[in-house]
Amino acid sequence: MNDIAPTQAERAEKLQGLGCKRKRVEDIRFTQGRGNYVDDVKLPGMLFGDFARSSHAHARIKSIDTSKALALPGVKAVLTAADLKPLKLHYMPTLAGDVAAVLADEKVLFQNQEIAFVVAEDRYIAADAIELVEVEYEALPVVVDPFQAMAPDAPILRDDIKDKMNGAHGPRKHYNHIFNWQVGDKQATDEVFKTAEVTTKDLFVYQRTHPAPLETCQCVASMDKVKGELTVWGTFQAPHVVRTVVSILSGIAEHKVHVIAPDIGGGFGNKVGVYPGYVCAIVASIVLGVPVKWVEDRMENLSTTSFARDYHMATELAATKEGKILAMRVHMLADHGAFDACANPSKLPAGFVNICTGSYDIPVAHLEVDGVYTNKATGGVAYRCSLRVTEGIYAIERAIEVLAKKLGMDSVDLRMKNLIKAEQFPYRSALGWEYDSGNYHVALQKALDAVGYPALRAEQKARREAFRRGETRELMGIGVCFFTEIVGAGPSRHCDILGVGMFDSAEIRVHPTGSIVARMGTKSQGQAHETTYAQIIATELGIPADDITIEEGDTDTAPYGLGTYGSRSTPVAGAATAMAARKIRAKAQMIAAHLLEVSEYDLEWDVDRFTVKGLPEKFKTMKEIAWAAHNNLPPGLEPGLEAVNYYDPPNMTYPFGAYFCVMDIDIDTGVAKTRRFYALDDCGTRINPMIIEGQVHGGLTEAFAIAMGQEISYDAQGNVMGASFMDFFLPTAVETPKWETDFTVTPSPHHPIGAKGVGESPNVGGVPCFSNAVNDAFAFLDAGHIQMPHDGWRLWTVAERLGLHA
Amino acid sequence: MIPAKFEYHRPTSVQDAVALLAQLGEEAHPLAGGHSLIPVMKTRLAAPEHLVDLAGISSLKGIRREQDHIAIGAMATQSEMIASPLLAEILPIIRETSLLIGDPQIRYVGTIGGNVANGDPGNDMPALMMCLDAEYQLAGRNGERRVRARAFYFGAYDTARQNDEILTEVRIPIPAKGHGYAYEKLKRKVGDYAVAAAAVMLTITNGTCRAASIGLTNVADTPLWAEAAAQALVGTRIDRTAIANAANAAEAITNPASDGHGPAEYRRKMTGVTVRRAIERAKLRAEV
Amino acid sequence: MPKVQVKMTINGREVEALVEPRTLLVHFLREQLGLTGTHIGCDTSHCGACTVDLNDMSVKSCALFAVQANGATILTIEGMAAPDGTLHALQEGFRQMHGLQCGYCTPGMIMRAHRLLKENPNPSEDEIRSGISGNLCRCTGYQNIVKSIQYAAAKINGVPYQEAAE
Repeated sequence: MNDIAPTQAERAEKLQGLGCKRKRVEDIRFTQGRGNYVDDVKLPGMLFGDFARSSHAHARIKSIDTSKALALPGVKAVLTAADLKPLKLHYMPTLAGDVAAVLADEKVLFQNQEIAFVVAEDRYIAADAIELVEVEYEALPVVVDPFQAMAPDAPILRDDIKDKMNGAHGPRKHYNHIFNWQVGDKQATDEVFKTAEVTTKDLFVYQRTHPAPLETCQCVASMDKVKGELTVWGTFQAPHVVRTVVSILSGIAEHKVHVIAPDIGGGFGNKVGVYPGYVCAIVASIVLGVPVKWVEDRMENLSTTSFARDYHMATELAATKEGKILAMRVHMLADHGAFDACANPSKLPAGFVNICTGSYDIPVAHLEVDGVYTNKATGGVAYRCSLRVTEGIYAIERAIEVLAKKLGMDSVDLRMKNLIKAEQFPYRSALGWEYDSGNYHVALQKALDAVGYPALRAEQKARREAFRRGETRELMGIGVCFFTEIVGAGPSRHCDILGVGMFDSAEIRVHPTGSIVARMGTKSQGQAHETTYAQIIATELGIPADDITIEEGDTDTAPYGLGTYGSRSTPVAGAATAMAARKIRAKAQMIAAHLLEVSEYDLEWDVDRFTVKGLPEKFKTMKEIAWAAHNNLPPGLEPGLEAVNYYDPPNMTYPFGAYFCVMDIDIDTGVAKTRRFYALDDCGTRINPMIIEGQVHGGLTEAFAIAMGQEISYDAQGNVMGASFMDFFLPTAVETPKWETDFTVTPSPHHPIGAKGVGESPNVGGVPCFSNAVNDAFAFLDAGHIQMPHDGWRLWTVAERLGLHA
Repeated sequence: MIPAKFEYHRPTSVQDAVALLAQLGEEAHPLAGGHSLIPVMKTRLAAPEHLVDLAGISSLKGIRREQDHIAIGAMATQSEMIASPLLAEILPIIRETSLLIGDPQIRYVGTIGGNVANGDPGNDMPALMMCLDAEYQLAGRNGERRVRARAFYFGAYDTARQNDEILTEVRIPIPAKGHGYAYEKLKRKVGDYAVAAAAVMLTITNGTCRAASIGLTNVADTPLWAEAAAQALVGTRIDRTAIANAANAAEAITNPASDGHGPAEYRRKMTGVTVRRAIERAKLRAEV
Repeated sequence: MPKVQVKMTINGREVEALVEPRTLLVHFLREQLGLTGTHIGCDTSHCGACTVDLNDMSVKSCALFAVQANGATILTIEGMAAPDGTLHALQEGFRQMHGLQCGYCTPGMIMRAHRLLKENPNPSEDEIRSGISGNLCRCTGYQNIVKSIQYAAAKINGVPYQEAAE
């Protein structure tokens, strides 16, 4: 028997709070196949829905014949736009202020667009029935190039709004135009460019790609006609928003709509939106009065729900001969496909792409974005990047490299010269953001030392000479990226979704025995919220994380929140969690004072207890206080120990990082091999370092895939190319590089625990780093900017153009 | 993705299988490992009304030495070929090639018979079998016949096999001891078909190439036997010039399609690169 | 088309059922037997989320018909833990080494790793990477999956494993 009281450090360690590499709670069920994903939901009498889809990219629908499908035994219903029209559900509102067809009405606007929804006894019969839906088309001219979409004689794509020249974001210039968005000081920027000593201008294309989580989008809708209540299980990154949208669309009061996001098999932005499959399953369940399941297959996923990127960015920098950047000017053409269903805050049609001045102190800048319609799938989601941040950072990080080359400077020196200095924070950028904190020079220097940068450049120089002598057929590239993320959407003055401010929430209940259940408005899709939110509460309340259950995703029990995307969970719901816990601690302090018969001002917090100042042996632990909260309270204080917090963040958070990549490119095949990748991330306070490193590994792997091979492309007829995992590039363990991770810690000054969010940083920083490595490999041959994706044949084509195969 | 309905048959002898195919006609399809056929059925690009599963026919298994040949039963899987000590000793190029097919799960199920018989120009074994001058044993209503791999492929999915025939065995002449070999496959990632691939077999004595054979994968609508490319090596010391001549000769007979893995010109040039690299590796392995 | 009688041993239990010939093994496991730990990710046999162990082979159950598995012995993720609930070394390894995030690829990944370690009890990192190259993971970047498998190998072999999860 050892009755020596545990030390403060021992007590703290037992909590598994902030900073602990706590093992994940979720893994216990996931490793045993006991997760509960949407397709695992099986209800009595459940039917299965499947779509007949368009074979054309642009065509008028002359007729739809569903009779053969309906005649197939086991088929219960076939819905078309004609059925939805009387309900005014053939179109649905998008997050971007546009409408999108639920089922094609009179014409189709992209290949695989939803035309008819077949509901059958099981998925096999449904699959047979969609083959029997007969559609007669009249083909129309197709537009897949966003530049051609704006041509004076371009085909009209959106008949439904062709005369509505005032869009959700102001006047439209053309019937295929969606919005024009400008930020910054145009006149001042133009003035600087007129007189600058050095300027650069390049068109950087960030190709269309797709988040492709391993689990596709799916849902089960179940209408209880007796109770008049609708329950929807779905792959929803933002379940509360889905409930609001479903209520508005269906006319069922919001308290009678129950939305449940169970375990989600990855999201990466794909599962933010509301898709025709959800709407049709709901309508079918309402009409038929039985549960209806809809599960996308992979082809449908890649070709219909939520592409990402497709930004064409004409990027200019102006600088002095010494390398001081004076101004940035960018024009971006955004290809949004057939409907504007971008997942952006309502007021920000291009998200936070105006972070494109990056990590640099650029005095003036101007950004203009034009969105256009094309005959391509709709979406425009943040694929593991805070809303359009990866596009903006790609533009500046490529432009910096181009400028460095033009100046004859090492790009690291150019960065060092222009990085925002530590004493400049909070820093107001020329395009309107207030960066909360940063220590950029320290981070970059740490990274340079870690990779041995001068030695790498020396090796590269020697290898280039060897290449010129014909001794090697490989080119060595060194990729550098210093990025600033903008996450934690967001302050409701900037950010809302369909009018709902982008706050988030936490509700914490302490039980009499001192265990806790807490619920948040976010929804994990692999980020381990059940593990990490408990760590925040553990540290705030002195209750071991193992005694805390975290629940999310059930709109009946969890407080309203805007969901998980754009690395917003830790910055927003994590803050709400800390704030709610602090409310509880404040009440606990009153109870402790009552129990110890001292003034609450005589108490101090000590890991898991309140102690009387100067008398550490006089204390009440949080467990003791929890019990007392249910039976022994100071007069006038209500019983219980619970709190709710809705957190409207005062500002975004700004994680940053310095990444380096070393790559060898075989010019005879174009195959690039990543020899080394080093990632230093600063995400402020680190809640669980193990999970942060895991997030960085995963984000870097997605960045690698995007930069080196991913693309959703279309041929001239609008046929979507490669919408399967046979063609769409997802690297295996063999191709994926090994990752070195590192960190600095610069807490956010406005976040209750100083945390900034990390999940998307590695994608934002990783893509330009890989692309810079490829471009750097060819830079000494004056190759000019090389567009992504950097797969074998494209790099071989660059080498061919440069005459390296002669 | 759900396949259309079909009727399933599982004969236990070649005779029964052949009889079934003959009886069921065009709407029947033999099923081996199924990893080519089933995904295509799931997209409904193929919808056979009858599947004749060959998995119950024990005589189609096994890897044996028969005098001057190695006989591989059509239903031998890639992982069985990888694990075979006999092949490792006599035809190590089969192991090297098998390891580059699909991924581990696919190799447990994928068979040599399915790989060579379905006529997919992306499959790796057909070009190797042309390189090795293998013969395919076919069983049909009218008995058995043998067709050389080099005469088997007419076009994409178009082969000498009749609808009512089953490919029962692959017969490979035992190559010279001390031969050099290499299968060089350029692909983007594990599981991909080749951008281009080359199988090379060499025999070298006293520093001079005495015999050579080269097969090419996925650079035309059939696998290719690059006879002229191989001839460019015979009689030489396989120096840089000879290798370049072989690579050029190989490129000359390609007729690749453009697809997401690269335009035709790239694939043509990659044929040359894989041939060159395969020759270089084969040369290093050959006993001279 | 007539349904077909199939009989197999799944996680040690004998199962008999009637299936349509076209019923995919993965749907048979998930829908008819309620073994939902096996997942569907790609439909085209590329992602490996549906991997199960069949007659001592790792197979993709979305590219096999249930009738092809007639007579087979099958092990799925649900059969990996001991009857008393003790986790298999791989299940423990994946948790200890942070080898999963969303958990969707995990059952297939563990089933594949199980067969890999049976065939090669002490694989190198490269052998592990090749060995799991038929399984895609979108979350982890594989680095900690490799460590999870190394952890399990060490545990099965009764030797200490020191490497910490990154």
